[in-house]
Amino acid sequence: MPIQIDCDIHPAVPNCAALFPYMSEHWREMSVLRGIEDLQSINYPDSVPLTVRSDWRPKSGRPATSAETIAHECLEPFGSSLAICNCLFGVQTLFSEDLAYTYVTAVNDWMRTEFLDRDPRLRASIVISLENIEMAVDEINRCAADRRFVQILVLAGTARPLGRRNFWPIYEAAVKHGLPLGIHAGSELRNPPTALGWPSYYLEDYVADAQAFQYQLTSLFTEGVFNKFPTLKVVMLESGWTWLPALLWRITKYWGGLRMEIPWADRSPAEVVRDQVRFSLQPVDGPADADQMKRLLEHIGSDQLLLFSTDYPHAQFEGSEVFPAGFDESLKGIIRADAPLATYPRLAEGTP
Amino acid sequence: MSVAKYVIAATADFPAGTRRLVEVDGRAIVVFNVRGEYFALLNRCPHNGGSLAEGVVTGLVQSAAPGAYQYTRQGEIIRCPWHGWEFDIKTGKSFCSAIRARARPFPVHVEDGGALVEGPYRAETIPVHIEDAYVVLEA
Ligand code: FES
Repeated sequence: MPIQIDCDIHPAVPNCAALFPYMSEHWREMSVLRGIEDLQSINYPDSVPLTVRSDWRPKSGRPATSAETIAHECLEPFGSSLAICNCLFGVQTLFSEDLAYTYVTAVNDWMRTEFLDRDPRLRASIVISLENIEMAVDEINRCAADRRFVQILVLAGTARPLGRRNFWPIYEAAVKHGLPLGIHAGSELRNPPTALGWPSYYLEDYVADAQAFQYQLTSLFTEGVFNKFPTLKVVMLESGWTWLPALLWRITKYWGGLRMEIPWADRSPAEVVRDQVRFSLQPVDGPADADQMKRLLEHIGSDQLLLFSTDYPHAQFEGSEVFPAGFDESLKGIIRADAPLATYPRLAEGTP
Repeated sequence: MSVAKYVIAATADFPAGTRRLVEVDGRAIVVFNVRGEYFALLNRCPHNGGSLAEGVVTGLVQSAAPGAYQYTRQGEIIRCPWHGWEFDIKTGKSFCSAIRARARPFPVHVEDGGALVEGPYRAETIPVHIEDAYVVLEA
């Protein structure tokens, strides 16, 4: 069977108690005493249809809570050889540095024991909290020794733009270990999800994720992260990507007159993206018409930018055809295997 | 179009750090004196046609790394007043890799009045004296 790597799936932590075996006694007790039972964030409320596709919604509790379920509902039906687990349990919303670190390490250890050790096809991202950068780097160093961790994971809605220099030790660690920086939809909830403040509806939150991604990409470009770390790969996960050409046109247009502000920028935004930024395939917010989709893909400008993803168990498409109309077979092959393997150096070590 | 020599000014009347907008053969051309050396550009920004003669003369900001600023060549860069594109006064080249267009340069040199009077040249309003030096534009 040809190689296919699913670059964005979401095992779910059922509740905080599931993480207790991976915490010290002190923090177990503190969680109980303080009534921290769950870290479900409004990024993906359980009841929202988007959070779980209807055929994957269990009778009770959360979907994708075991390696067996993932194998049975996702890996096998879609024919994936490998899948990268991006856990979205809301640990990034915690403010206490110590509590955040406790939950982050617990999530990563839970991931290793409950998923990576149970199915050789699974890989995972190292979840970190940006509340304390030194602790985040410690956690990257701790987990990176296990080569099945293939990426660092942060949320798109950060307290400050990700290009800022205080985050750079994370990128240094990423480069050192050969780990791309994955930026996933969702927010730490330090800021309102939109540039206009707090919206009323979940639809607004989810649509506004695209703004956060666009701004993160702009920040990483202008602050010179791609110049400082020319081997860093950034992967935008569940970001959508049909907005990319318009964003690049816009940055490029104004960069011409504002070059002197950011004189380190030596490549055009489009070149930087082609060299260092990737996007997970789903969700595709694109035209239904195949010819229009082909034109859109031409505007994207490179066949290396998209990485196959189902976004399981989120509901982004129905049935088993992950690609919408308009993708030809050779492009699908690149998206399924070549582009993910080129993006995540650690994947090749375990490709069957 | 054949190239002709135009006498723009006596060097004594065109000091360093200044610029002049001239019209030769229906074309607006801006001539700069950069520390005693003369350079000329077509006065039409290659972007949308802004008048470079009205732009800010500045220097070149370069960087070896984010947060490092190296400022050199003060007085050698013209910034278009319309959208801020920068051009090298000496060559017309841009410094932004997204900009392929270049401002059109014209040769300028200084010539003694003695050599000039042998012609041909055009200097409708400027009398040429053999004892002076002149800024001569070829366009
Ligand atoms: S016209 Fe000169 S920068 Fe736009």
